[in-house]
Amino acid sequence: MDISFDLLINAIVAGLLLGGFYAAVTAGVSISFGMLDIVNIAHPAFIILGCYIAYFFNINYGVDPIIVSIVALPAFYALGAAVYQVYYQSFEKRGQESLRGLAFFFGLLFVTEVSLILVFGVDYRYVEAAYIGPSIHIGLIDMPLRMLVPCLVALAMFGALEIFVTRTFIGRAIMAVSQDQLALQLMAADPIRIKRIAFGISIATASMAGALLIIIQPVEPSVGREYIGRVFAICVLGGLGSMPGTLIAAFLLGVVESLTATFYGPSWAPAVAFGFLLLTLAFRPAGLMGR
Amino acid sequence: MNTLSFSVIATAVGLAVLAFAHWLGLDYFYFAGYTILQFIVLSTAWNILGGYCGYVNFGSAAFFAMGAYSSVFMHKFYPLPVPVLVVIGAVVSGIVGFGMGYLTLRLRGAFFAIATLAMAVVLQTLVINWEYVGGSRGAYIIRPESLEVAGLTINYIEYLFVLMLILAVVALATSRAIERSQLGFGFATIRDDELAAETCGVPTLRLKLIATTLSGAFMGMAGAPFPYYIGYLQPQSAFGLEYAVNSIAMPMIGGTTSWVGPLVGAILLGSAQQYATVTISSAVNLLIVGLMLVAFVIIAPNGLIGLVQERLRRRQP
Repeated sequence: MDISFDLLINAIVAGLLLGGFYAAVTAGVSISFGMLDIVNIAHPAFIILGCYIAYFFNINYGVDPIIVSIVALPAFYALGAAVYQVYYQSFEKRGQESLRGLAFFFGLLFVTEVSLILVFGVDYRYVEAAYIGPSIHIGLIDMPLRMLVPCLVALAMFGALEIFVTRTFIGRAIMAVSQDQLALQLMAADPIRIKRIAFGISIATASMAGALLIIIQPVEPSVGREYIGRVFAICVLGGLGSMPGTLIAAFLLGVVESLTATFYGPSWAPAVAFGFLLLTLAFRPAGLMGR
Repeated sequence: MNTLSFSVIATAVGLAVLAFAHWLGLDYFYFAGYTILQFIVLSTAWNILGGYCGYVNFGSAAFFAMGAYSSVFMHKFYPLPVPVLVVIGAVVSGIVGFGMGYLTLRLRGAFFAIATLAMAVVLQTLVINWEYVGGSRGAYIIRPESLEVAGLTINYIEYLFVLMLILAVVALATSRAIERSQLGFGFATIRDDELAAETCGVPTLRLKLIATTLSGAFMGMAGAPFPYYIGYLQPQSAFGLEYAVNSIAMPMIGGTTSWVGPLVGAILLGSAQQYATVTISSAVNLLIVGLMLVAFVIIAPNGLIGLVQERLRRRQP
């Protein structure tokens, strides 16, 4: 197969744009799984919920999906805090998080998906906005705004999260709870409250990620499943709990997936994430920037 | 009761079920019964790893589909009788289970769970891209009307029903035997405290690999006759999320610590679903399964069996 230069360059640029979006999708799991040790496999289902909320307000009232997602942030935060409260009371407190906690999140994933199917059906849905369609051309490179806008919004969100986690008191407390819960308690901070806030934030990111997802591609309720492999692959590859590592891993996966899709066909792309995940687990379980 | 007498009793119960079905003479009973028996095998298989060892497998659908697709492959390549296909399906899914376990089981349990979930997506991708077994269009398998065995003509669906009945008996007897053996005690130590078990000299990795291989093999067995049952197999039905969620929900609702749990869960939930699919709709019935799973893990952590045991314990002074 002869690989033309501009095809290669365009595939890499598309991969970087995709990677930025993946960073937004993974940010939530990076907090819940990486920092709080909560294996929230239902995260992609919350993202799809975000997609449909953006879709609903976009189609019925013509609101921009990104604005919808920002307005919906508090609702998602409250949802996350409520889910954590149930999770804590039922599983974490009793030390049963490994088996039953996982089953709980799996059930949530399933219930969310089936409810969306019952309400919206299994047709692909998409949103309308001014930036869906046109592209920017710089020399050989084509950048569709449909990819560029989500990538930039995702990076802005990721940056804000990184600043929040490293600079503010609550953010540092979240980092602390991931390292030593008892020590945090001795500093007179309530670890459960900190974890509840952190989990709320992690679910809130799903609102943004959902709006970005439905801008990038049409969505139906089971699309979320493809992202389970991706988000955990990125999270593990980046190193659990490391935000910069997550960002690097997201770009890496985006580029490799884009190259695979360009040169082997898009139907192979989902397999890439799994390959990444297994290779990382087998050879470097700590990830790129793991502690 | 030792394993031999249990197997004899289980076989007798199986024969009684068969005699009842024969007396009823309804084709629908065979169709519905096949599905329930298939879920008994799946949930028992899941419980060998999930209930006994405490390792959650979200990829039951993938193991099931591996069994089903190995049958489709053999059907095109070199047609064999279904019981042989069951063995092939078991070997294929067992190998997949072993490989998965080998790569992920040395790490924390959550990684195994995530890897199984991702594996289901990837295997589905592979099958969709594999034209030989039908790709995304799916594959037709024409089921013969009947079968000649030793001069007798047997209705084909009855034949599949009997096959699945045998598999269910074998799966239940195996899981009960494991529960009472040294292997089962080893599994229980892993579930309760893996670190402590390792320190006491329990070969945890080897035991976990045995569990994943066995569990995968039984799921493959359950899947192997499926193409003949359904007649038309497409990736979306073979990898359907309902297999993954049912094979977790049934043991969880029945109770994970003993072989009875998956059996009770599969019979209850399986027949309820058959009923709901016919009377309401298949989407609503899946929603009910999901809600019941969430409710049970929160309210009754040890399932129905746990509730009954608690009631009995309270009655004794």
